Amino acid sequence: MLKNLDKYIRPESFPTPFCTGCGHGILMGAILRAIDELELDIDRMVFVSGIGCAAWIPSPHFAADTIHTTHGRPVAFATGIKLFNPKLKVVVVSGDGDLSAIGGNHLIHAARRNINLTIICANNNIYGMTGGQLAPTTPIGARTSTTPAGSSEPPFDLCKLVLGASSSDNAYVARTTVWHTRELIKYLKKAFSVPGFSFLEVISPCYTHFGRRNKYASPAEMILDLKDSAVRTKKQEDLFTFKEKNKILIGEFSG
Amino acid sequence: MYLQGNQACVLGALKAGCRFYAGYPITPSSEIMEEMAKTLPKYPCPAEGGACPDSVGNGVFVQMEDEIGSLAAVIGAVWAGAKAMTATSGPGLALMLENIGYAVMTETPCVIVNVQRAGPSTGQATKPASGDVMSVRWGAPGDYEIIAFSPWSVQEMYEFTIKAFNLAETYRVPVFLLADEAVGHLKETVELKEDIPVIPRAGKSETPPFSNAANNLPSPMPMFGQGRKLSVTGSTHDEWGYRRTQAPEAHAVLINRFCDKIRKNAEKIVEWETYESEDAEILVVAYGFTARSALRAVRLAREKGIKAGLLRLKTLWPFPEKIFQEMTPSVKKIIVPEMNQGQLIREIQSALGGLIRCEVIPYHKTNGQVITPDEILALLTTKSTKNTKDYE
Repeated sequence: MLKNLDKYIRPESFPTPFCTGCGHGILMGAILRAIDELELDIDRMVFVSGIGCAAWIPSPHFAADTIHTTHGRPVAFATGIKLFNPKLKVVVVSGDGDLSAIGGNHLIHAARRNINLTIICANNNIYGMTGGQLAPTTPIGARTSTTPAGSSEPPFDLCKLVLGASSSDNAYVARTTVWHTRELIKYLKKAFSVPGFSFLEVISPCYTHFGRRNKYASPAEMILDLKDSAVRTKKQEDLFTFKEKNKILIGEFSG
Repeated sequence: MYLQGNQACVLGALKAGCRFYAGYPITPSSEIMEEMAKTLPKYPCPAEGGACPDSVGNGVFVQMEDEIGSLAAVIGAVWAGAKAMTATSGPGLALMLENIGYAVMTETPCVIVNVQRAGPSTGQATKPASGDVMSVRWGAPGDYEIIAFSPWSVQEMYEFTIKAFNLAETYRVPVFLLADEAVGHLKETVELKEDIPVIPRAGKSETPPFSNAANNLPSPMPMFGQGRKLSVTGSTHDEWGYRRTQAPEAHAVLINRFCDKIRKNAEKIVEWETYESEDAEILVVAYGFTARSALRAVRLAREKGIKAGLLRLKTLWPFPEKIFQEMTPSVKKIIVPEMNQGQLIREIQSALGGLIRCEVIPYHKTNGQVITPDEILALLTTKSTKNTKDYE
C-alpha cells in the first residue's frame, strides 16, 4: 500500500544524505509508516538523536520537534524531556556506536529506570559517518578502518545488553532488519505503544564502509544477506543460547 | 533564616522558577542536590508564568548516572519547557564541558552551579579553591561567551542564583554560579527577599528560534510540543535550526551572535562594588570567599593609615574591563589575591593594557585553605616591590 508520508517530512531535507545501499532510508520510511498507521500526532512527539548517520534519520527529515544532541547522549537528553513533560511521546533514533559505545551508560540506566522512552537503534555494525571504524557491534573477523586485519573483539548483543539492564519484565525489547519491512513496521508500532521502556534494534547495512571492506559485491547483496542470515524466534531463552555463526537472531524478546 | 550557602542556592532557584534538577553527587555541592531531591517533587509548577503548559504537576528531580547525563537531562528538560539547573564541582564540570558547548550552540538557558574545590582531578574534595575561573569561561571547545557570578556570602548564594536564572532566560546562555567550598558550606543569616524580580519563560512566539529579536538579544526560548516543528542541533545552523555545516557565512553569523549578545550587553550584566576606594592608593581586587578576607584586611590597613581599598567583583564573566580602564588615577598598586595560581589577574593585566603606572601584584594560594585577612594585610603593609607572591 502506497502512502503519502509527505506531511511528516521537511521537504527541504531531501535528497537524504544517505549513501547508496544504506538501510537507514528504509528505517526512516518504516518509522513514518508506523506513526501514520497508529495515527499518532507527530506534533506531540519529540525525536532525539545523537551523532552519526542514524542520528540524521529524524534530524532534519522529520517535520516534528527534533533535537540532534551530543555524541552518545540522546538517551540522557530524552530522559530530561520525558520526565518534565510525560505527555510528549519521546523517541530516540540513533546508531549502535552512539547508543552502545560512547552512550552505553545512558542506555543501560534508561532501561534500569524503565522510563517511557522508545529507543530505536539503527545497527550497521560500524562507524559510518567517521569513515568505517570498529564499533562495539562489529562481528569478530570483520575488517574496519581501525581493524585492517579483522576485528578480534567480541561484539555486544544489544538486545541481551538491554534485557540484562532492564528492571521490567514488560519492557519491549526486539530486533529485526531493514529487509523485514512488514515486521519492522509491526515492531515499531509495538515499540511506540507499550507503556514503559522499549528498545528496538534494527540491523541496517552500511555498504560504503562495511560492505566494501568485507567482500560484499553490491549493496543489494548485503540487503539479501539480511534475509538469508536472519533466524526467527519467539522465545527469549534463544537470545542467550543462540550461537550460530554469521546469523542474526530476530524477534520480540520481551514485552 | 540561618542557612548554609548550598541550601540558600536551592531556595533562590525555586524562587526563580527552577522546576527541574538533574545531578550527580559530588562534594562539596551535594547538599544542593539533596535539598532539591527533598523539595522539588513537592513544589508545584506555576500555573502561569511560562512553564510548560503540559506539566500540571510538581517539579522534577532526577539523579543521573554521571555529570554528562545530568547536563544533558537539564538541557532536554529546558526544551520541554522547564527552568532547570544542575550543580557540581571541578571533576563534574570537566564531564559537563561538551554539553556546556551544546547549551551555548543551541542557546539553551540553564544554570550550572560549580562549588569549587581544590583541583586538578580529585584534588582535595572538601577544600575550597577558585581554580575553575578559566574552566567555566573557556572549557568547551570553540568560541563563545558565558556569564558567571561569584558569590561571597550565603545571601548572595540566594540572590545570585535568582539573577543567574534571569540572565540565562534573557540571553539564552548557560549561566554559572561559581561558588567555592567555603561559601557553599558557610552558614550565616540570610534574608529570603521576595521582591527580587523573576523573568518568566517566554510564551509561544513565531520568530525564528535561533535569531536575534532586538538589541542583540536572542528571540524568546521556544519549547517542544507546541507544533512549531523545532529543529535543535549542536551543528552549525541557520535561524530555523537547519544544519549549515558547509556554509562559512552561517558559522560566522552564529558565532558572532553568541559573542555579541553577551559582549554588547556586558554593561547590563556585570556587577561589582567598592569599599574605601575613593582615595585608595592600593586596591585589592577580589571575588568569592577571598573578598571577605580582603575587606577585613582593607579595614585593618585603613586603621594603620594605609590608603587601601577593595574592588569586589560579583560577576567574573563577562569580565568588567571598563572598571580597570576607567580606574581613578590615585591607584598605584593593585593586589589580586586568588585561591589559584593566578587566573583572573590575567584579565586585569590585559584590561589595564599599557597602564604602567599601576603595579599589579598577584597572591596565589593553592593549599586548599582560604586566604586570611592577615595574609592580605601583610601585602598591603609591605614595602617590598617584589611583584609576585605565593603562599608558602
